[in-house]
Amino acid sequence: MADPARATTEPLVQVRDLKMHFPVSRGLLGRKTGAIKAVDGVSFDIMPRETLGMVGESGCGKSTTGRAVLRLYDITGGSIRINGTEIGQMSQSALRKHRPTMQMVFQDPQACLNPRMTLAGLIGEPLDEHTGWSRARKLERIYELMDAVGLNRNFANRYPHEFSGGQRQRIGIARALALNPSFIVCDEPIAALDVSIQAQVVNLLEELQEKLGLTYLFISHDLSMVRHIATRVAVMYLGKVVEIAPREALYADPLHPYTQALLSSVPDPDPETAQQVRRIILKGDVPSPANPPQGCNFCTRCPAVMPVCREIEPETREVAPGRFVACHLHDASVPTSIPTGGPTPGGASTTNQQGGSS
Amino acid sequence: MTDVSRPEAEATAAKPFTPDQAFRPPRNQWWDVWDQFRSHRGALLGTLVFVFIILFVGIGPWIWQVDPGFIDIRSRNQGPSWSNPLGTDQLGRDMLARMMYGGRISVAVGLTAMFLGLLIGTLVGVLAGYFRRVDGILMRTTDLFLALPLLPLLLVMVLLFRDMLARNFGEAAGVFVLIVVAIGITSWMQTARIVRGDVLALKEREYVLAARSIGTPSRRIVSRHILPNVLSPIMVSATLGIASAIITESALSFLGLGFPPDFPTWGRLLFDGRDWIEQYPARVVWPGLFISLTVLSVNFIGDGLRDALDPRIRGR
Repeated sequence: MADPARATTEPLVQVRDLKMHFPVSRGLLGRKTGAIKAVDGVSFDIMPRETLGMVGESGCGKSTTGRAVLRLYDITGGSIRINGTEIGQMSQSALRKHRPTMQMVFQDPQACLNPRMTLAGLIGEPLDEHTGWSRARKLERIYELMDAVGLNRNFANRYPHEFSGGQRQRIGIARALALNPSFIVCDEPIAALDVSIQAQVVNLLEELQEKLGLTYLFISHDLSMVRHIATRVAVMYLGKVVEIAPREALYADPLHPYTQALLSSVPDPDPETAQQVRRIILKGDVPSPANPPQGCNFCTRCPAVMPVCREIEPETREVAPGRFVACHLHDASVPTSIPTGGPTPGGASTTNQQGGSS
Repeated sequence: MTDVSRPEAEATAAKPFTPDQAFRPPRNQWWDVWDQFRSHRGALLGTLVFVFIILFVGIGPWIWQVDPGFIDIRSRNQGPSWSNPLGTDQLGRDMLARMMYGGRISVAVGLTAMFLGLLIGTLVGVLAGYFRRVDGILMRTTDLFLALPLLPLLLVMVLLFRDMLARNFGEAAGVFVLIVVAIGITSWMQTARIVRGDVLALKEREYVLAARSIGTPSRRIVSRHILPNVLSPIMVSATLGIASAIITESALSFLGLGFPPDFPTWGRLLFDGRDWIEQYPARVVWPGLFISLTVLSVNFIGDGLRDALDPRIRGR
């Protein structure tokens, strides 16, 4: 799909300052009294054939970002360029032409398949919409896709309820592949599956990426799975990307205090090392996206909070090649007194995890 | 039946893969539906009864060639006999012939009015549920119709339009059109409400979002994903609709505002027989039985159809 000359230079997906605010209306007349800032100024690039992992806790706006990038919502602001085409403000009817290049794999494989359609109908739906092929040609393509995702061709007549979770997710992937897309948003594709099936599905996704040269935006809250599949990782908190870095660098040396806390929450299978790990336990709750705090979004829970954090919103800076972080701690222009690990008045504490202390 | 058996399909589709023993290409869904429908005993019985009723009123009069309006005052109030299998009424008219002719009108009114009500109800429900902009106005209109007292409204409609329609379509056809339209436009509200509620829930389902992510336009999302999934409530209101249409028609006939008095319909026969119920109960029983049988058989057919159309129930 993407020609190699471009592959090295130009990102396939370019998102700039993406904003998705959902209006809140109250009262009899439905006056708009505010907005849920689900996604508030997110920027990132995805290179061709790359997987950008997107992690963050529940409700931080990961899925909304994924859907907004595909324009399943009418975005509040920002620009989205996919394959050089600006689709941020394009009308849905004009967008239809560009749909084949960008597809989505959904979280709940049960819910995203119409229970009244057969497998052939489900996989064939994108073909019905975008190709004028004959029925025989479509059928041939459907079988091809079923082979590609490892579904038996005898299943073509069956209905979604007759399949297991893993098989359903394969159907979802086959649907997404039907039109030869170059960019696929995987919205927590493994969250609803058993661990054993998760591995199968992730391996399938990787295999397909290699074979078809796909580019993924892989949204997940499973940090170890993201570590496995992603080339680069973006960490989201309360509608903003706080850190983007190549996978190895991010997991080895997280820069943003939130990333540090997030990574420290990953359970370690080795009890010996698990004893040594200092878990950073964040206190308090995520502030409401309808009313984010002034300054840095994370300032209410940050273990390393400084006065400047409560006033000025940190900009995203490239602190090392390929490493972007939005934090005053990593801004040379801000006078800082880098705190040591001890308890701070910021509302969070770091504890040495022992036995069952948390 | 199947695609691959067509010659041009064979050339392209048979080459790239070699099917194993159990392999069969996608089969037309309606065969599965028919298989399931056949296995539903009630639905099959309902179909038989309904076909019998249709034949009874449809080709019955060709076989039993007795004029339902022929008055033979000397043989009135007869019991069953060879010349009058269901007896005669108070004017000596043959009951069997009247049942046949009456059924023609009752069944036709019931089916047509049901279809009309269903069509309006589904359309309003889907539009209101799917397109938020028209939701308010359509549902307030529905509320308005629900709040109207139906019988007086029907009476006014009949009084206003009967002559005009009778002039344009002829006596019987004019009244038929009037009654069908009157019943149709006063019976769609329940369907609209049920359908709207279901559509509201369905359009937030992920498969609708998935369809949108593929680029399916709204009209095809509605026809492919929403409508098949609201089929069950539509089926149910359809079967109930036939019953209430037949009964409303009877009520109108009873009030003297339906078909002309010498025009037999099941409702009319029922109300004519009402005065004689103590002496000749059969005269009420026959039309009542046929109305009930029609409603019940349609109900069973709807039930079977609903099961057959739902792949989750199919095959159980």
